[in-house]
This record gives sequence, C-alpha cells and structure tokens, in this order.
Amino acid sequence: MSTQNMTNGEVDVYLDYDEAIGGYDPVIGLETHVELGTNSKMWCGCSTNFGADSNTQVCPVCLGLPGSMPVVNRAAVESTIRIGLALNCTIAEWCRFARKNYFYPDMPKDYQISQYDEPLCFDGYLDVTVETPDGPQVVRVEIERVHMEEDTGKLTHAGGATGRIHGADYSLVDYNRAGIPLIEIVTKPVTGTGRLAPEVARAYVTELRNVIIALVVSDARMEEGSMRCDVNLSIAKPGAEWGTRSETKNVNSLRSVERAVRSEIERQASVLNNGGRIIQETRHFHEDTGRSTSGRSKEQAEDYRYFPEPDLVPVAPSREWVEELRATMPEMPAVKRARLQAEWNINEFELQSLANAGAIELVEATIAAGVDAAAARKWWTGELLRVANETGVELDSLTVTPDDIKQVEALIASGSLNDKLARQVFDGLINGEGTVDEVVAKRGLAVVSDDGALLAAIDEALAASPDVAEKIKSGKIQAAGAIVGAVMKTTKGQADAAKVRTLLLERLGVTE
Amino acid sequence: MSSITRPEVAHLARLARLDLAPEELDHYAEQLDVILQSVARISEVAADDIPPMSHPIPMVNVFRDDVVTPGITRDEALAAAPAQEDDRFRVPRILDEE
Repeated sequence: MSTQNMTNGEVDVYLDYDEAIGGYDPVIGLETHVELGTNSKMWCGCSTNFGADSNTQVCPVCLGLPGSMPVVNRAAVESTIRIGLALNCTIAEWCRFARKNYFYPDMPKDYQISQYDEPLCFDGYLDVTVETPDGPQVVRVEIERVHMEEDTGKLTHAGGATGRIHGADYSLVDYNRAGIPLIEIVTKPVTGTGRLAPEVARAYVTELRNVIIALVVSDARMEEGSMRCDVNLSIAKPGAEWGTRSETKNVNSLRSVERAVRSEIERQASVLNNGGRIIQETRHFHEDTGRSTSGRSKEQAEDYRYFPEPDLVPVAPSREWVEELRATMPEMPAVKRARLQAEWNINEFELQSLANAGAIELVEATIAAGVDAAAARKWWTGELLRVANETGVELDSLTVTPDDIKQVEALIASGSLNDKLARQVFDGLINGEGTVDEVVAKRGLAVVSDDGALLAAIDEALAASPDVAEKIKSGKIQAAGAIVGAVMKTTKGQADAAKVRTLLLERLGVTE
Repeated sequence: MSSITRPEVAHLARLARLDLAPEELDHYAEQLDVILQSVARISEVAADDIPPMSHPIPMVNVFRDDVVTPGITRDEALAAAPAQEDDRFRVPRILDEE
C-alpha cells in the first residue's frame, strides 16, 4: 500500500470485522432526516405530493424569488413537537430559525432555513433492543436535538459516463422538493456499544422509523428518500481519546445502516493499523459494494455563516399547546409490542413475523371485530399471507376484511364450515365472488353432516382397503387416518374429519 | 487601521462565489471595516439587561395553516431561468468549478 493511500484514508484491503473491532472502540452518531407528510411545504402553500411533474409544485417562496416571504407551516411545528415528545425531549419555550448559507443549486435561495443553536426539541432518548448472544439487550440512545428545516431540490446530473456528479457536464434541477418540511434528528455520541455498534445503529434507525410511522407524521420510506440517515463514526484504542470522525452519507436502507457502520469500523481500523490517519471527511456509501468512497474533505470546516433568520419570527410553543399535543400521542411502538405480546400470548419473534407480514393492524382489527386472537393470527399469517405472497400483493390489499373472517369463524363454530372449506371461502372472496354468504352458496360449500352419507362413504373406503380395516379392528387405531383421508377425499373436503373418525370407529366397534 | 484582513475578505469572497482582483480585496476590506465599526457601536449600548433581538418587532408564532395554495406554472417558473432543459433548470457543472 502506498504512502499516498495511507494519508488519504483509503486502503486496498480491509481488516475483517473481528480483527477491526478487536483493537478499537467505536463511537457512533446518527443524523436522520425525515420529510414530514404535511399537505403543503414548510414556508409556502405548494403541494408536497411525491412524483409530480418537474417544477409544477413551486412558487416564488420556494424558488427563492426576490421579495417573497416565508411563513411557517403550523402542522410542521406540531409534528416536530410530537416527534420530540415521542423521543422524550424537552420542548424549547422559545427558539428561532437560522439561515445556513451555502451555494449549491439544489437550494434556489442560496441558503437553507434551518435551526442552529436553538432547536425546537432537545435532550431526549430512545431505548432500542438489540439481540446479543446473551439475549436481548436494551440500549438507551440519547437524542441531542430535533430541529426543523427544509428539504432541497432534486438534482439530476447530465453528461459524463456515470450519471454521478463527478464528471457531469451540467445538472438539471427540479424544485418540487425544495421547501418540503424536513426534520433532523441528531443523536448524542453513542459510546460503549463495542462490537454491537452496527446492530445498535440499525436498531435505533428502525425504532425511530417505527415511532415516526406510529405518529403518522411521515411515511418514512428510506427507499423513496423521505427518511435518510447519515452515520458519524470514529474509533479509538480502548481508554484513549476519541478519534477523528467521518460522516457517511447515502445510507438508504435499514440494512445499509448496519453495513455502513461495520464497513467504516473496518476501514478506519485498517487505515490506523497501516500507520495512516483518519481525516475528517464526508464519505458516500454504495449499496452495491457495501463500502464507501471519499467525498468532500471537511478539513477546512464548512463556513455556513449561520445567523438568525430575519424573515421569520421565533417559535414559542406555550406549555398548553405542548400538553395538547402530548394528548394526541399514540401508544409508542415499544409499549404496543409489549402489550400485543401479552394479549396475544406470543413471543417477540412471532410478533416480528406478524409485523414483517404487515399483519398487525389487520389482526388487531379482526380481534376487535370479535374473533379469537389465535384464529385471527392463523388466518392472516397462514392462508391469507400465502395467497398475498403468491400473487405479489400486500396483505391489506386483499379483498378480505376482518368482518369476513368473523363471519367465516362463526360458520366454523356452528359446524357449517371446516378450515379446508373456509380456505375456499377466502379464495372466493379474493376472486371477487361476493360476500361470505354468497361464496358459500355459489360454491356449495357446506360440511356434510348427514350421517347416512358419511357412513356410505366410510363403508366404501373400508371396502376399498380391507387390510386397513383389519388393522384398525386389531387395535391399530392410528391406521384410521388413511380411511378418514379417503372419506374426506370422496366428500371433497366437505366433511368434518373428527366426526368421520368417530363414525368410523363406531362402525368398526373399536373404542379408543 | 483595518481590523478585517485581506485573507478574510478573500475567504468571504470565495464563500460568496465572487472573483475579486487583488486591488478589490483591499477596497472591500476598507468598506467592510467601516460597516463592522458601525455595527460594533451597538455593543457599546448593549448591556446585560438588554437581550439580543433578531427581529425588530417583538412577536412570536406567526403560522399558516397546512393548506395547499396555487403556486405558479412551470412555464412561469422557468421563464427567467438562464437555461432550461427537460422541464428543469439547467445549471453549470457543480464540482470542479475552482
């Protein structure tokens, strides 16, 4: 490895994670940007709809035209306060916006209105759980601040080979996104996580996203950029002063948060072990390689020349307003998870499966409709999830409602349907064949409860397999399954298997 | 005696994307100095019992409701742009500009 490579922080070969973490303690800091889901922008009434045609959601304010004046969106302030409350923050009694000056064409004003030393919310925490070999461990991630700012326009780089900013001949700008309310959530340095740092980072961003979604203040879609994460990281020998930190941007999925932390620990340890030094810089994470490359050096600290925003007056939320907002807070995800586990008598893993399937709200609604918890879970994560996966749709877009499940369960309880027939009912519902009753009627679905018909089918099956009949008579009752199966087949599943079994044993004069 | 230095003016010029000639640096250093001295007089009257203010009118919480209002059309937005392409503002190369 060349000397030049050592000084610019790049190495050709990375240590593996065990080697890297063996010699150093990491300190991580996470900066998360969340686009709020307000109807209109932060300072003007332009729409925030995602995916509109370029430059169709703009006005003099968000284009930074001379003489235009911003006015703060009250809903954005309320959402920010609610995020602050969810993160156990203190809500400022008085705070101002600040002007952050920089020249970059994504900001038509040549400054971004943000908050500097007076954030709206500060000094909070979020508890997250990580899995360790010794079981789940709770880590408290302290929150430094939650502040309000505005998103920037979207740049598309043209010319050059890669479509990246490097080598581009020029760029095109769409200002639809400029001025959309953006919240930045900054953690305090997270220390003492050791080798769990990557998992803690991921668990934090995951739980933060859960909180944001529970508050219904943003859709928090990392892949669409409505939630974005920057990872600050330094490493140092145990007990030594903190090292120089890097900031990794472009981390666009929960999985990448974990990978970016792990990769950066490996990179920094490799540089240091090779006698190099870490420089303070911005790095860009690449999803494809799982590695980052150097971006701007921050050696000459950026000079944003922050000053209080003269076009806006301070925000001074009254304590009454804060309490009103506190009263709108939903149950926090961690509390809800604990409650559902207890109420549904399932473990964390089972609950996670429900969450992954997008089934929690559906199961909740089904239970609320009066269905037993176990049955509600069974249908949503069994048959219905299978169909959803097969057809490639989300569970909640299947045309099956909690009330449908209630009706089907009632038919099962009354003996008119069994589970196998119920699956046919759901198939009919999904195919748009009408209501539960209509599907049952149209498909002629009903448990055969006529003993005569069942006995005829049993006799037929016994006649077809005399050897099995002998086995059962001689006491090998487990052989009865073959005959029950045959009867279920001839009745096309429309019999109650338990009843068939009882009738069969009676027929052969065998008792269990 | 100028309290703002030539390198500081050069730094500000760079941040503001202004290409100043050497003689202009001296010129603006003098001008900025006068401005700074004028503003510095505020410090003479600012006592501990006078809180700093960032706005001439003492008011807080000026908000608008979260309601979408019509903006301007794309053609209007792009009308004054020096260059446009594909319904977007076309801007010069961003990196390597120095």
